[in-house]
Amino acid sequence: MRHLTYLAVLAGCLAGALWLEPVLRVGVLRRWRRLLLTLVPVVAVFGAWDVAAIAAHHWSYDAGQTVGVLLPGRLPVEEALFFVVVPVCAILGYEAVRKVLRR
Amino acid sequence: MSYTVTAALGVLGALVLDLLVLRTRLVAGRVFWATYPIVLAAQLVSNGILTGRGIVRYDRHAILGPRLAHAPVEDLAFGFALVLTALSVWVWLGRRGIDGPVPPRAR
Repeated sequence: MRHLTYLAVLAGCLAGALWLEPVLRVGVLRRWRRLLLTLVPVVAVFGAWDVAAIAAHHWSYDAGQTVGVLLPGRLPVEEALFFVVVPVCAILGYEAVRKVLRR
Repeated sequence: MSYTVTAALGVLGALVLDLLVLRTRLVAGRVFWATYPIVLAAQLVSNGILTGRGIVRYDRHAILGPRLAHAPVEDLAFGFALVLTALSVWVWLGRRGIDGPVPPRAR
């Protein structure tokens, strides 16, 4: 189970923010085209940064706590998902705050 | 280039994107700064687990040294750049009318 640790952290992040979609009706997931168009450049740019940092040995990942699927540039699949999960959570939070402040 | 330098450049790049390129000017408004502390709290917890458990490990020569909730301070800059970039692109696409009507300007 230890190899699922990083995935569990990502799931925890999603769980902390996804409820905003139905409860506050922020309409982030509903506007999936806009969300997708946001994620593509963000994943590309920050994924490239990550790959460069791995190549420069700025950081590394514990093979024992990741599922072991490596994308090009030795990027763990969890790290690519991180660049999807964090923006989605941030956008959900941003739209929720915007909605609450407008009330 | 150390992580310290790339993290600083990341913040600079995100600010240039928000203020000059996409002109979403999120850092000049209140919604972003009301959202950011919530995002930061979530980051300190989740990144604290990632770094505290050694899922991610850093070369000590690539960082300044000070840590916050197990993570190098550079991670704060990385997270800020990631979140500001994502929100700026999201708001920019919204103002261009992608997926539905143009929402009122966030300030």
